Amino acid sequence: MKLTYHPLGDTGIQLVFGQTISEETNQKIRIFTELLKAEPIEGIIEWIPAYTTLSIFYRPDKIRYQALLEKLERLYENIQGGVAEAASLVYEIPTYYGGETGPDLNFVANHNGLSEEDVIRIHSSQDYLIYMMGFVPGFPYLGGMPEEIATPRLEEPRSKIAAGSVGIAGSQTGVYPLETPGGWQIIGQTPVKLYDPEREQPILLTSGHYLRFVPISKKEYDDIAEAVRLGEYKIISKEK
Amino acid sequence: MSSKLFQVIKPGLMTTFQDLGRTGYQEYGVVVAGAMDDFSLQIANLLVGNKRDEAGLEVTMMGPVLKVLEDAVIAITGGNLSPRVNGQPAPMWKSFAVKEGQLIEFGQPLEGIRSYISVAGGFDLPAVMGSNSTYLKARIGGLNGRALEKEDILYGTENPYAVTGRSLHYDEIPKYKKEVTVRVVLGPHQDAFTEEAIKNFLSSNYEITPQSDRMGYRLKGPELTHKTTADIISEAIPLGGIQVPANGQPIILMADRQTTGGYTRIATAIAVDIPMLAQAAPGAVIRFEEVAVEEAQELYQERASLLQILDKISK
Repeated sequence: MKLTYHPLGDTGIQLVFGQTISEETNQKIRIFTELLKAEPIEGIIEWIPAYTTLSIFYRPDKIRYQALLEKLERLYENIQGGVAEAASLVYEIPTYYGGETGPDLNFVANHNGLSEEDVIRIHSSQDYLIYMMGFVPGFPYLGGMPEEIATPRLEEPRSKIAAGSVGIAGSQTGVYPLETPGGWQIIGQTPVKLYDPEREQPILLTSGHYLRFVPISKKEYDDIAEAVRLGEYKIISKEK
Repeated sequence: MSSKLFQVIKPGLMTTFQDLGRTGYQEYGVVVAGAMDDFSLQIANLLVGNKRDEAGLEVTMMGPVLKVLEDAVIAITGGNLSPRVNGQPAPMWKSFAVKEGQLIEFGQPLEGIRSYISVAGGFDLPAVMGSNSTYLKARIGGLNGRALEKEDILYGTENPYAVTGRSLHYDEIPKYKKEVTVRVVLGPHQDAFTEEAIKNFLSSNYEITPQSDRMGYRLKGPELTHKTTADIISEAIPLGGIQVPANGQPIILMADRQTTGGYTRIATAIAVDIPMLAQAAPGAVIRFEEVAVEEAQELYQERASLLQILDKISK
């Protein structure tokens, strides 16, 4: 397949890897970004992976459109034959479900005719693909939540949702990296900070990898929260 | 050495620290922010002998009143918001000395809407993710992630090589107008629009509405009709991207744009025309003109070369 692309003005180029949202398309994008990291092209400033596209921003005084395009086409050939492979990671997000910090767990259970335990079990037994990061710093757009626990958004959004809140909106699930207003059904909270502008690595997650929620007790929550506060917590990730 | 440079007597409408933006973190959803008019900020820095990407103050419409706490060399560029020092008109596009106890003030916006104040040696600020740009929504960068407030003290770093009287050649000083032609590269979603929409877009006047800010300029003009839908699968949005939601009215995405979005984009404004746009006020009229990527990049190169030459001269 030939590479499909569009210029984004004079300082960007968008590569199109597919027309619909799929894990396969997303994995191609991730492998392509791994190649870009491994063989940096002079003039590229940064890139933004999304569901079906990869947008690359560059300095035209360092590299012109045509020259960049040729280099990108050569890289693209590499992923066509399936030559390039890159292991993906599963980040573990310890989550304390229910209680004061998961006020909508009961609603989600009732809405789907399940017990709270069922909701926790179903929600925490999936590896969710991080399709894209955006909306606010560190927010992962996750795919793959089972329809059994899908629940519509709140009729009236809350004006404040705590950082770390784990929620459901329709058939999506996600984690709030910072305190914002929001209409998601909040079923739990993680003590892990997905986003901390003062930390050396401000954002923990990267698109193209996976995330798994791991149920923890209130005691474990408090212990991890303390480790996070002291800067001693390290996120656990495993190869998928 | 860090020292107290200015005391904020009045903060102005919205005065923030900005540099050339927080790049490198967009893939994680972190907004770039940065100077709306990056040309004026770079010139302001070069005039006082700073590196081009040093943070300066971006002053919007109604400027602040700053009390000078220590002798310094500054430059004011960008929109002419009637700057004064101790009641006397202050020069623009030229470095000059300010003395302890003097007041830097602003008056009527005469031309353009954003001024940039640089200080020799630079302001002393903690970098967040490698940048001093203020992004108000996430409350990061600049001075505690917010706009200046009354009584704030602004710190500077000493620069023993500061020179006064350095100015930008008259021919190079931008002339801000109430009618702006913005050159665009069409796409990436031009196929989502009717032929008539593309024709309208490239031949009509669009007015900047008051619902315009650092995030985006909302325009009003002939409706741009989609063939079927205004929505796309969310993807990255570039600086200058011109998105058109279902109501058919274009929005030009500026410095504080979100990293990704789900609306069709008819075109992208080219980099060298962003500063002119940044200086255009609500009520100004925009016309769009199509250019090829290659032509836009020639213009980019010309500007890059000019800045490089000025950079060399100022060393």
